[in-house]
Amino acid sequence: MNFDDYRGIWIYVEVRDGQVAPVSLELLGAGRALADKRKTELAGVLIGRGVKTVAPTLFQYGADVVYVYDDPIFEHYRTEPYMRALLDCCHKHKPEVILYGATPSGKDLASAIATDLPTGLTADTTILDIEEDTGLLLASRPAFGGNIMATILCKKYRPQMATVRPKVMKALPPDPSRTGRVVEEHIELHEEEMRTKVLEIVRETKKARIDEADIIVAGGKGMGSKEGFQLIHQLAEVLGGAVGASRDVVEAGWIDHHHQVGQTGVTVTPKIYFAIGISGAIQHVVGMQNSELIIAINKDPNAPIFQSCHYGIVGDAFEIVPLLIERFKEEIPKIKAAAGEKEGIANA
Amino acid sequence: MLHIVACIKQVPDTKIIKMNPKTNTMDRASAPAILNPYDAHAVEEAVRLKKKYGGTVSVLTMGPPPAVKAIKKCIELGADEGYMISDRAFAGADTLATSYALTKALEKIAKQRPIDLIICGKMTIDGDTGQVGPGIARRLNIPPLTGVNKVVEVNKEKGYAIVHRKLEDGYEVVKSQLPCLFTVEKDINDISFAPLPNMIKAARYQPTIWTADDLENVDRKQLGLKGSPTIVSKVWAPPKPEGGKILTGTKEQQVDELLSILLEQKELFS
Ligand SMILES: Cc1cc2nc3c(=O)[nH]c(=O)nc-3n(C[C@H](O)[C@H](O)[C@H](O)COP(=O)(O)OP(=O)(O)OC[C@H]3O[C@@H](n4cnc5c(N)ncnc54)[C@H](O)[C@@H]3O)c2cc1C
Ligand SMILES: Cc1cc2nc3c(=O)[nH]c(=O)nc-3n(C[C@H](O)[C@H](O)[C@H](O)COP(=O)(O)OP(=O)(O)OC[C@H]3O[C@@H](n4cnc5c(N)ncnc54)[C@H](O)[C@@H]3O)c2cc1C
Repeated sequence: MNFDDYRGIWIYVEVRDGQVAPVSLELLGAGRALADKRKTELAGVLIGRGVKTVAPTLFQYGADVVYVYDDPIFEHYRTEPYMRALLDCCHKHKPEVILYGATPSGKDLASAIATDLPTGLTADTTILDIEEDTGLLLASRPAFGGNIMATILCKKYRPQMATVRPKVMKALPPDPSRTGRVVEEHIELHEEEMRTKVLEIVRETKKARIDEADIIVAGGKGMGSKEGFQLIHQLAEVLGGAVGASRDVVEAGWIDHHHQVGQTGVTVTPKIYFAIGISGAIQHVVGMQNSELIIAINKDPNAPIFQSCHYGIVGDAFEIVPLLIERFKEEIPKIKAAAGEKEGIANA
Repeated sequence: MLHIVACIKQVPDTKIIKMNPKTNTMDRASAPAILNPYDAHAVEEAVRLKKKYGGTVSVLTMGPPPAVKAIKKCIELGADEGYMISDRAFAGADTLATSYALTKALEKIAKQRPIDLIICGKMTIDGDTGQVGPGIARRLNIPPLTGVNKVVEVNKEKGYAIVHRKLEDGYEVVKSQLPCLFTVEKDINDISFAPLPNMIKAARYQPTIWTADDLENVDRKQLGLKGSPTIVSKVWAPPKPEGGKILTGTKEQQVDELLSILLEQKELFS
C-alpha cells in the first residue's frame, strides 16, 4: 500500500428532508482543521436523491470539493446501495481520512465500508487530531461506559476512518463567499438487485426531542417516584424547556426512553441544563457536559454531579424546586413585558 | 424450521468498574464478568422467534475460557446450542479481526445446519463500537439491519423478514431477504425469567469449543492483533471536572442568586 496515493480529508454527508444533518456540518468544521494541517483538500461525499442542491452549503461550511451520487435508488438510506457508491468513490479518488457522524446510518455505513476496503474504524470519536508530517489520525474515544478515554491509531492501512459523536465538534460560521468544485459521479445499480426495501418511515413528534431544546430540566432517581418527578415537568413548563431524565428514571418507568440523557441516551447541548436529584454518574455526564450552563440540585454535598456543574445548590429538591417555580412565575412575565415594550419602541 | 444464531460476548460490568488512580488503567479484577446486556436481548428475541415459528437457537461467542459462563446464561434464557471459539490467536482482535473470526465460526456452524438469521446486540458495554454486527453481515454478504427494535415477521418459506429500525426521529419499516443479520436495541423486548428446567440444563451444559485450527480456510494473518488495523495507543482516565460554585445562604437566598444568574440569559425567557 503506497500511502502517498491517498490524499484529502473526506466527510460522509448526511441529508435529511433536504437539509444537511447538523453533525455533517460539525464534521466539516473538524475536517477543515485536519485538512489545513495536512495542506490538503476537504471533500464532502453526498449520496441521495435530489441532494446536489445542498453542495453550496457544504462549501460555505468549509468543503473544497463535493462528490455527488444523485439517483432515485438512494431515496432512503440502505446499506447496500450507499456502500457501493462510497466504495466506488474511495477506489477512484483514494482519500487519506474519512469521517462519518456516529448516527444510526453513519455507523452502519462506516462499518460496512471498513470491512470491505478493508481498513480500521474508530468508533464514537470525541477528540480528533492529525500528525502534520505523517498524516496519522489521532482519534480518541470514550470506552468502558465512559470510564476511560483511549486514543486509537490506524498505522498500516488507508484510508483511516472514524465515526464522530454528534455535538462534540464545532461547525464553522458559514462563509457565503466560499465556493468549490462539484464532481458528479455515477454507478450502475438496479433496484431488482437490492435485497432490502424501505416500506415506510414513521417520524415521531418533535415535542419529545430534547436534542434541540435550549433549556432542559432533567430529573433523577432523587425525585423519589413518578409523582415526585412531576415537579420536573412543572419547572420545565414554567421555563418553556424540555424534560430530561437519567437512565435509572427511565428504567423505573417514570418517563419514556427518548428523554434519557447520556451515553445510551441522547447527547444534549442546551444553553441551560438542570440536573435535579441526579447523582452525576459518568454515563449521564458524558451526555450533558457540553451544555453552556449546568445547574445541579442535590441533597448530597458529595454527589459527583457537583464536579460537573457550574452552579450547585445543596438541598432537598422538594423544597428548592417549588421556590424556583414560584420565583420564575413572577419574573418571566416581567421579562416578556420588557421585551414586548422594546419591540414596540423599535416598531414605532 | 428457523436456525437463528445469536452472537454474544462476556463483558466486565462497567457499572462496577474501578480505575486504578495511580496507573490510570482499569482494574479488571474489580469488575464481575456478565453477559453483555444488549446480547441478552438478542438471545431473548431469538428464543421468542423460535417459539413463534419453530426452530433452533444457537449462540456463538469468541472469548477466553471463562466466557463459557455467558453461554450458560444464554441456555438459561432458552438457547439450544452454544459454540465458543477460544484461542490465543484471536487475542487483541479489533472489530475487523473479531468479525473475521466470528464469520469463520458461523460458516462452520452453517455447514452443520444452515443459518437463516443472525442476531447481534446493538453494541457491547466495554468496547461499545457497534461495528461487529455490520462487519459480520458484510463478510457473509447478507443484509445488515441495524437498530432493530421490533420484528414484525420472519417468513422462511417466502424468504423475507420485516422489521422496524430505529432512526433518530422515529423508525422505518424494512423488508429484507433472508438470510440477514439484525442488531437489536434494548427496547425490543423484556428479558423473561429463566424457567427451572433451563437452569438445570444450563448448569450441566458444555458448549462446543473450537480453536483457530478447527476453523476452515482461515487466513491467520487476519486474526487477532495481527489482523487488526486499529491499535489502542494510549488509555487515560477522562480529566476530572473542576466542579462548580456551590451557592450559600438560606434557601431563599440561594434561589434568588440562581435566578439572577439564569435571568442574565433574558432572550431565552422572552
Ligand atoms: C453501559 C451503561 C450505560 C449507561 N447509560 C446511561 C445514560 O445514558 N444515562 C444515564 O443517566 N445513566 C446511564 N447509566 C446509569 C448510570 O450509571 C447511573 O446508574 C444513573 O445515571 C443514575 O441515575 P440517577 O442519578 O437518577 O440515580 P442515583 O444514582 O440513584 O442518584 C440519585 C441522586 O438523587 C439525590 N437525591 C435523593 N433525594 C433527593 C432529594 N429529595 N433532593 C435532591 N436530591 C436528592 C441523591 O443524593 C443522589 O445523588 C448507564 C450505565 C451503564 C453501565
Ligand atoms: C478502549 C478500547 C477501545 C476500542 N476501540 C475500538 C475502535 O474504535 N475500533 C475497533 O475496531 N475496535 C476497538 N476496540 C476493540 C474492540 O473492543 C474489540 O474488537 C471487540 O472484540 C469487539 O468490539 P466491541 O466490543 O465494540 O463489539 P460491538 O461491535 O459493540 O458488539 C456488537 C455485537 O457484536 C457481537 N459481538 C461482539 N464481540 C463479540 C464476540 N467476541 N463474540 C461474539 N459476539 C460478539 C455481539 O452481538 C455484540 O452485541 C477497542 C477496544 C478497547 C479496549
